[in-house]
Amino acid sequence: MEERDNRQVLDLAALAGEILLESGAEIFRVEETIYRIAEAYGVDSAEAFVLSSGIFLTSEGAGRQTFARVRHIPLTGARLDRVNAVNQLSREVEQGMHTPEQALARLEAIRAMPRPPAWLQVLASGVGSGCFCLLFGGDWSDAWSAGIAGTALYLYLLFLLRGRLSKIATNITGGALVTLIAVLLYRVGLGHHLDMMTIGSIIPLVPGVAFTNAIRDIADEDYIAGAVRLLDVLLVTFCVAFGVGVVMVCYHHLSG
Amino acid sequence: MWKLMIELLAAGLGTAAFALLFSVPPAYYLRCGVIGGAGWLCYRLLLGLGTAPSIFFATVLVVFFSRYSAVKRRCPVTLFLIPGIFPLVPGAGIYWTAYSIVVSRLDQAAGRGFATIKSAVAIVLGILLVFELPQGLFRALVARLSRFSARGRAAGG
Repeated sequence: MEERDNRQVLDLAALAGEILLESGAEIFRVEETIYRIAEAYGVDSAEAFVLSSGIFLTSEGAGRQTFARVRHIPLTGARLDRVNAVNQLSREVEQGMHTPEQALARLEAIRAMPRPPAWLQVLASGVGSGCFCLLFGGDWSDAWSAGIAGTALYLYLLFLLRGRLSKIATNITGGALVTLIAVLLYRVGLGHHLDMMTIGSIIPLVPGVAFTNAIRDIADEDYIAGAVRLLDVLLVTFCVAFGVGVVMVCYHHLSG
Repeated sequence: MWKLMIELLAAGLGTAAFALLFSVPPAYYLRCGVIGGAGWLCYRLLLGLGTAPSIFFATVLVVFFSRYSAVKRRCPVTLFLIPGIFPLVPGAGIYWTAYSIVVSRLDQAAGRGFATIKSAVAIVLGILLVFELPQGLFRALVARLSRFSARGRAAGG
């Protein structure tokens, strides 16, 4: 009986950790949440080892049996609403407000939480690109065309790709697409500074989440996770720049 | 002055837009926008000190504000920190560096790459510094400020 309980608690803790990790939480928060849930349900012997792409969780049962849970977690986009919800749930679990079954149901519900509607994301990408273009020194017409390119970028990501391409291909083609649109708009006379327009419209591709998390993981001495995230940052940045660069070089060759 | 106001609004609105893209709960959009705007304002006002120092102080402000908000609203600091720091991430520097490499202007690439790394290091140091502060400090600050504002409301009403 107790053995089954232990196993259930461990599954629960692993699921909570998994949701946190895939939603863009820091490593220490994942570990802390796992221990918090395990301890709240009386499993003191849990040991967690968390990497940026996986969780290893073990516990010793009453009959000296050892349970282990290993989960692989892909690096994906940020879902900070889930991080918030799981954090809230783990506090409630700590206060003894949920049975393991209830907590499991809550976690499933958190996992099913929808993103903001697609049209709103597309709009936000456009607004974000336009605003950042202004910040980096573009004028109003630059900002408008950066906004158009940023809008087109998310239309491409959400409706055309729908996550079907690899991360590398997504970023190269994304960078190339916004640069192509910026060049076209520049040629028809909307926007005065091609570089400002391009900088503004690639901003939604800049890996700000991974960058910030990488620094915080390294600061918490989670070196492996931090280094992997840093590598992710460098790779994404290089891919975007490569996409931009290819289109720019072609354009300069064609326009002489 | 007028230009600075527009930039402040653009930084705030841009930060809020990114908060939406990172699925921050809608109740926090405004707070994220204010944090992002404040960070950018600090950066612009201190730009006379040089790029790296002004980014450092702006980062310190953003992280401080984010930790304060996290304690006040009882939620993870990540919610405010990630969108709030976005305007300070040297996106333009990265772009220029990569662009110089692609068009084979390696002399420019080295200079721009070094400037970008300096900005990134400034952000790193800013984040590290404020996360060394104890959590108790922020709890005390939240408690004191909320008592203060409660008294102000009582006096006003």
